[in-house]
Amino acid sequence: MTEMTPSVSGNSGTVNYLNHDKSIKSWLLTRDHKRIGIMYLVAISLAFLAGGIMAMLIRLELLSPGETIMGPDAYNQAFTIHGVLMIFAFIIPALPAILGNFVIPMQLGAKDVAFPRINLLSFYLYLGGAVITLSALLVGRIDGGWTFYAPYSVQVGDSILFVTMGVFVMGFSSILTGLNFIVTIHKMRAPGLTWNRLPLFVWSIYATAIVQVLATPVIAITVILLFLERLLGIGIFDPALGGDPVLFQHFFWFYSHPAVYVMILPAFGIISDLIGAFSRHRIVGYRFVALSSIAIAFLGFLVWGHHMFVSGQSALASTVFSLITYLIGIPTGVKIINWISTMYRGSVQLRTPMIYALIFLFTFSIGGFTGIMLGVLAVDVHLHDTYFIVAHFHYTMLGGNVIAALGGLHFWWPKMTGKMFNETLGRIAAGLIFIGFNLTFFPQFIAGSRGMPRRYFDYPSEFVGLNVLSTYGSWIMAAGFFLIAGYLLFSLFKGKKAPANPWGALTLEWTHTASIPEPHNFTVTPVVTRGAYDYHLVPEFYAGPSSGDGSSAGLATQEVAPETTHEK
Amino acid sequence: MGDQGSSWLPDAMSSVARDVDALFNFVLIVSTILFAAVIVSTIYFVIRYRRRSDQYVPERIKESKWLEAAWIILPTILTMIIFTWGFRVFITLSTPPPDSYQITVRAKQWFWEFEYSEGATSTSDLYVPVGKPIKLLMSSGDVIHSFFVPEFRIKHDVIPNRYTSVWFEATEVGEYRIYCTEYCGQQHSMMLGMVRVVTQEEFDDWLDEQSQDLPPVELGERLFTQYNCQVCHATDGSRLIGPPLNGLFGITREFDDGMTAVADDNYLRESIVNPGAKVVAGYPNAMVATYGSLSTKQIDALVAYLKSLE
Repeated sequence: MTEMTPSVSGNSGTVNYLNHDKSIKSWLLTRDHKRIGIMYLVAISLAFLAGGIMAMLIRLELLSPGETIMGPDAYNQAFTIHGVLMIFAFIIPALPAILGNFVIPMQLGAKDVAFPRINLLSFYLYLGGAVITLSALLVGRIDGGWTFYAPYSVQVGDSILFVTMGVFVMGFSSILTGLNFIVTIHKMRAPGLTWNRLPLFVWSIYATAIVQVLATPVIAITVILLFLERLLGIGIFDPALGGDPVLFQHFFWFYSHPAVYVMILPAFGIISDLIGAFSRHRIVGYRFVALSSIAIAFLGFLVWGHHMFVSGQSALASTVFSLITYLIGIPTGVKIINWISTMYRGSVQLRTPMIYALIFLFTFSIGGFTGIMLGVLAVDVHLHDTYFIVAHFHYTMLGGNVIAALGGLHFWWPKMTGKMFNETLGRIAAGLIFIGFNLTFFPQFIAGSRGMPRRYFDYPSEFVGLNVLSTYGSWIMAAGFFLIAGYLLFSLFKGKKAPANPWGALTLEWTHTASIPEPHNFTVTPVVTRGAYDYHLVPEFYAGPSSGDGSSAGLATQEVAPETTHEK
Repeated sequence: MGDQGSSWLPDAMSSVARDVDALFNFVLIVSTILFAAVIVSTIYFVIRYRRRSDQYVPERIKESKWLEAAWIILPTILTMIIFTWGFRVFITLSTPPPDSYQITVRAKQWFWEFEYSEGATSTSDLYVPVGKPIKLLMSSGDVIHSFFVPEFRIKHDVIPNRYTSVWFEATEVGEYRIYCTEYCGQQHSMMLGMVRVVTQEEFDDWLDEQSQDLPPVELGERLFTQYNCQVCHATDGSRLIGPPLNGLFGITREFDDGMTAVADDNYLRESIVNPGAKVVAGYPNAMVATYGSLSTKQIDALVAYLKSLE
């Protein structure tokens, strides 16, 4: 592996989206999708840091049974804050709001999203929602777990109103972001960029946006009902007032299960882009991967009841939910096969983003297989609400969404900042995260299937060994995350200048924008004549055989609009 | 005999546990094989097709429709097998046998209360006889809890203002921990209990100690009305759905198959536990067999009460 030679297209001295106006005001009031994406990156990273610190405290408390560093009240709040921050303030917005915002308009060959002002509004809604949520800490406890099951959550106190109001407000941010992407993808594709030529990241964000727009109102309604109950005493969920607590669970999961696909679908898109770029191959079954994302988005609305097999819903309902759960699992499994077979007879390069894609194949497969296990009606009865499920959703969310997000962040980092990060440190950090992640969460499968329930402050001594392993793993993983933060921040100041297309990828943000994009991305609107992954056509685009990965020739400036061939 | 657990599962100590375990192990083994295939092929492709030259442009691979169809259809068949199997075991898990012995469970922050049909109660410790199906009729006094016994592979949420139920049949004498698995507040992780599985005799003795010492006839009378026996059986000689039960002891009964028998203790007991065995001539075989779940002490008390009816 050789380090990339700085490209001739590095645009030092020219106007780009970072240097055209450096005032604070120009950032806070920007309508540039790239700057909004960067602001999301900063805000959401802080939410991830706060949620991560909570996770470290939880693991530290569980290092030994009984009280280790905090009492049960503090512990219960810690896992609730961890869940609320990670789900609502981090993982739901992370991929669409950060990478979606930064990348999608450029991948479409557009100057910006369809509604730039609404885009800025949704950023401030996110920020406001996060602040309202955390302000609950000033009112009282944040307790009840991120699921807020009634009637316990209603009895916690007024603080629950702040938490759920924050979730309500952040929900609008999510809806507006989704709406923006749907319109942008429909109306603002560059000439020639047909649906069959779209990068799979665009497809996945499109599917995600459908879920955001259709599902999020349900959580908003649920929150309003919770308000009516608590403030006006109208019995909806609280049995003491004649309400039905199971109804809350139906409402909650009717949103929160589709929300799972808001978390994972964009990850599928990123993994497709990464594996395509670093294998120099078209994604096998491109059309299947694209359309199944849309199918999953819709089917995702019909499986909420698989969270409720032991909650008192009818056995018939449980059976139907189990069946549909398998239907939705199959396309996901098929995508894994597609990604692996994309590498077949390719030219696989193990750069840091690709390493994350491979880690994803490992961790997300475990998450998927254990999901099949949990979908089995009779087995779920035993595993429900144990550490098995904690391990499962961390393998899908952290091992799926976050690993893909890290891959995407490393992939697009040169485009965001114009700087290369240190490749060696990148690989070391990926290794630390891989080892730390598996050491943290794999023992939890065993603890769970052996009977350790989740959300336990204290636990029987037979589970000590597994919990100790898990806590050690969390330290290794944390070291990996801090290392990443360190070398990425370092690269801002001391990193090598990035060429316009360091990975030799073929999507428009690499081939048609400068090293650091201009404020409006493109000098001339690109005309697209090929698919997003037509790597076999590279010699024709770049006029000559000496450009296998596109970068060494340094041809990928905005001046080059290769339209010499057409395909499809 | 209960199964030894694996490194994945605790010991299997209920009648359904082995079915659940077989399913768990099947999915585990199939998943492990497929996962290994995923990882091995990934590693093989990464090494075999690693980038040797930046100049190399891989040719486009022609996709095989058949191959793609195969890897859609095969997982579908496999998951449908798993679904069907899981469904069958789930039906067993959700259907308590009709002769189950019923115990009422009341969950409160943060303890379990158990009430037995003889009026005995216990807190945190659930006493059950071995080898007998037990049905728990559960409700909560405050927030949602969940009743979980890992060794029995059973779990069900316990909800305020609504009854839910779960059943099990312990296969071996022993002690098995009860966990609350729905987050219920500060002491959630301390809301533990213990299922104490004992022999039938020990269980009856324990019930004897617990219940108020009613004379058998009085206890029998209470049970007679508690179980609504009087709806079908008069005690004043009149005809209802079933035959009247007064003045019964010691007389000779005629049955619909032409046989006769003297109504002694054994006959009375059998008619309660297994009512279809001897059906009185002229009456339908209408009584359900659910009273087989009554304890020995309860049946003795009912027999004593029936004998006392003039």
